[in-house]
Amino acid sequence: MKDLKSQASRNTTPGKGGLTPEIQSRIGHQLRAMYDDVVRQGVPDRFAELIKKLDTPGATPQVEDGGGSDDSSNGRV
Amino acid sequence: MPLTDSLRDDILAAVPSLRAFAISLSGNADRADDLVQETLLRALANIDSFQPGSNLPAWLFTILRNLFRSDYRKRRREVEDAEGNYAKTLKTQPSQNAHLEFEEFRTALDKLPQDQREALILVGASGFSYEDAASICGCAVGTIKSRVNRARSKLAALLYVDGAEDFGPDETVRAVIGGSGG
Repeated sequence: MKDLKSQASRNTTPGKGGLTPEIQSRIGHQLRAMYDDVVRQGVPDRFAELIKKLDTPGATPQVEDGGGSDDSSNGRV
Repeated sequence: MPLTDSLRDDILAAVPSLRAFAISLSGNADRADDLVQETLLRALANIDSFQPGSNLPAWLFTILRNLFRSDYRKRRREVEDAEGNYAKTLKTQPSQNAHLEFEEFRTALDKLPQDQREALILVGASGFSYEDAASICGCAVGTIKSRVNRARSKLAALLYVDGAEDFGPDETVRAVIGGSGG
């Protein structure tokens, strides 16, 4: 198989930085495929809510459900 | 700068790429989301130190990168379930071959030294300029360039070049057998 042989030798011929353009672009593709797959998932609710909660300037972010918040105090009126 | 509505929108818009960066760095989806959360909290707590008009994504990436670094030093080698965990985050179910190829790539990426991996991701996937990547990593532009080049060479060696050498004769034999059969 002449084709395979010539292809193989082309693949191992070092180009810029010791890499063939073919291999460089393959790496680039795989890297972006991995990355973009996550980007396409958008913003999970958890983060949208976190940022929305911080409406009031100077508000300290509450990560956990604050047991002592105003809403939960209706038991001790 | 105070936290304006538009700044909040901009931060929100950066979340998807922050997650992608965090997952690419850590290889672990749960840990990545913790990193993103921590990054957002830090950013919002220190929003006054953000310079209006400067590069917001670069600022956020810097925070995440530094958090990951300090975290990484603490829990080095503690979490090793990268692949399985990562696979769960995939929306599209890749075909078996694509999946295998993906796993191989992920494994090779994890083998890179930290400095090289982050440089490659910032430039090759996040799309930052060498200058921005250098400022995110706190090093010279030339350093980033050489890290990216070394990262590419190492990945190629792990994934393609070594493989191609073993692959060559084998493939020839297979081609001969296949050729005589059909």
